[in-house]
Amino acid sequence: MKKKKCIAMLLAGGQGTRLFALTNSVAKPAVSFGAKYRIIDFPLSNCTNSGIDTVGVLTQYQPLILNEYVGNGEPWDLDRSYGGVHTLPPYQAKAGGEWYKGTANAIYQNLHFLNEYDSEHVLILSGDHIYKMDYSKMLGEHIAHNADCTIAVIDVPADEASRFGIMDFAADKRITSFEEKPKNPKSNHASMGVYIFKKEVLVRELIADEADKTSVNDFGKNIIPKMLNAGCAMYAYSFSGYWKDVGTVTSLWEANMDLLGTDPVLDLDDPSFKVYSRNEPLPPSYIGVSGKFVNSIMTTGCEIYGTVKNSVIGEGVTVKAGAVVENSVIMQGSVIGGNVKINYGMVDENVVIEDGCVIGDERSDKHNITLIGRDSVIKSGTKLKSGEIVENGGNKA
Amino acid sequence: MKTLGIVFGNLHDSDLGELTSIRSIASIPFGGRFRLIDFVLSNMVNSGITKVGVITKNNYQSLMDHVGSGKHWDLSRKNGGLIMLPPYNDGDTSLYRSRFEAIKNIMPFISTSDEEYVVMSDCDSVCNINLADVVQRHIDNHADITIVTRKKELVNKKSRTVIETDKDGRVINVVNTDKARGENTVFTNILVMNRKFLLHILENATELNYNSFSGDVLVRGAKDYRIFTYMQNGYFANIDSIANYYKHSLELLDKDIRDELFYSDGANIYTKVRDSAPCKIGNDAIISNSLIADGCVIEGEVRNSILFRGVKVAKGTKITNSIVFQDTEIGQNSVLNCVIADKRVTVLEGRMLSGHETHPYYIAKHAVI
Repeated sequence: MKKKKCIAMLLAGGQGTRLFALTNSVAKPAVSFGAKYRIIDFPLSNCTNSGIDTVGVLTQYQPLILNEYVGNGEPWDLDRSYGGVHTLPPYQAKAGGEWYKGTANAIYQNLHFLNEYDSEHVLILSGDHIYKMDYSKMLGEHIAHNADCTIAVIDVPADEASRFGIMDFAADKRITSFEEKPKNPKSNHASMGVYIFKKEVLVRELIADEADKTSVNDFGKNIIPKMLNAGCAMYAYSFSGYWKDVGTVTSLWEANMDLLGTDPVLDLDDPSFKVYSRNEPLPPSYIGVSGKFVNSIMTTGCEIYGTVKNSVIGEGVTVKAGAVVENSVIMQGSVIGGNVKINYGMVDENVVIEDGCVIGDERSDKHNITLIGRDSVIKSGTKLKSGEIVENGGNKA
Repeated sequence: MKTLGIVFGNLHDSDLGELTSIRSIASIPFGGRFRLIDFVLSNMVNSGITKVGVITKNNYQSLMDHVGSGKHWDLSRKNGGLIMLPPYNDGDTSLYRSRFEAIKNIMPFISTSDEEYVVMSDCDSVCNINLADVVQRHIDNHADITIVTRKKELVNKKSRTVIETDKDGRVINVVNTDKARGENTVFTNILVMNRKFLLHILENATELNYNSFSGDVLVRGAKDYRIFTYMQNGYFANIDSIANYYKHSLELLDKDIRDELFYSDGANIYTKVRDSAPCKIGNDAIISNSLIADGCVIEGEVRNSILFRGVKVAKGTKITNSIVFQDTEIGQNSVLNCVIADKRVTVLEGRMLSGHETHPYYIAKHAVI
């Protein structure tokens, strides 16, 4: 077989604790986004759109829905006879097995996968971000620089810089310093958590890192600083498009809202760079005579008889007559009962909100979103306060 | 109970006028994101059929493009799956004209298959039917042929295959006529046969003087063979004219019909996935009693209409009682009423277009108005 130039390893094992009820029973990359997507659709589609046809998806936390969703990779054109998508959970080996301890350890435990494909370069991705990026451009620069490692960089607002890995680089893009989540950031050049390594360099560093008992086996905390200190050729690749960490309820809500408007901040309607997802075989959405649907998006199989404003409506959602859904994200399969009022709500999959419920209050805003976990039933007439969380399968009356 | 599916992709093309000028009847868009063949293929797949031959004759590029390898219907298989059967022409013979001639052309396909039963269907209908049930009834009746029939109120002068049965549903008389009026039992162009029986008829067609299925095999066979009916009582739309295409399309605005057609007992209708973005509806848009597919961007007013994937409706435009196919763009301040706009049509600003329910105004693919 012809060797692959670059394969991708997608870290999808994160729990995403700051998404609360949304990640009680699914891994963060499997959380629904933008009416018809899940977060993982973005890195997977980016791979396909960048000509990368081999992706290892490293799963650990609540992998069932994620595994089922990724399946054989067909929706992303990643069902290949050589390559394609592979889910890589932790496994038991002769010498024992263990959970993935950190991002670097997760890749280390799958060195056999890297060695099997033996590509020239390895792209490391995470399943925590919404962005459309052509990795082939980054790979081009990585090869032109003959870099050991190239890190994708985006400029973030100065007041947010301390949440990221922050670096400085010279005019030729060579990285001069790197600090993970610094208290006093020296710049606003943030790491996107997207790395390309020369394969043999990555293997060498992972083996060395595993041998170092003081290491927490993390790319940002251990591998990158260590390589920089050792004088490895490390370069920055500047990215300037839309990129959003959706690790919190507020940021996930904001990213959903970024899809709205005539000239949306994040435009997914781009035939030359499609975001792929698993499509359900449902008919188009129906808006009834009593339905009002304003400045909102939805996908197939919805039945809208109430009012929807400034909202994102997932597959197969029903909004019954008299209901008013505003500034909210309703995920697939949920039913919003008659005369229900929802403002600043995030309703996970397959939730039933019975007639007359009021979700949110006068204090509701994007920092005080009412969150309802999947498969919950909210009994008729229930009032939920701003910022309230109903756990998965909850029964609220 | 292994069953082979055979789909006729071109029969009845001529009934649909301009809709089939650039495509076969099988690939006529229907219901906002589907093609007529999707209903036939999905019914077969949902009934456990894993090998389907699609017979084509002409204009089948759009059909090939739509079905591809068959993977969207889970028919991309090592054994069986979706098999396109384009015409075989050695230069001297003319292309088939009837269903019977079409099957004769694919005799090798039928004789090398090993399924015991064959389900044959045209693409001129929209329904959600459990074909496994039809096959089971066929077996229980020890039938040679089982034809799916339905009750229909006949009012106009259009040729139909009218069926008469005894109380057990066995066919006793078949008439092809355009004179029948009132409620009659008519053939739906869906039938089940034992594969070996089908081969027997095909091999002896000359001796038996069979040239047409409904004209010869059913009419004369009613006496000699065990032919039974399977009555389809659920929703059934026969797409046999542009007016009926229009009428049955807009019937999908009825929730009960949508539920029966698309959600019946977990039997979904599959189609080619296009990965369009979700539909986006703007601040000034008004939408009422309409079906809107993915990828639409709507700023204007849409009532009693069906918009396929990727349709753009600009501000100030009013669309009523219309069907707009994929990727068509309607400019500002235009008015469309009772229109069928084919794919990739551009309607410029300020246009007024109107047809009538019985004669919808049709705009050809790629037209600029």
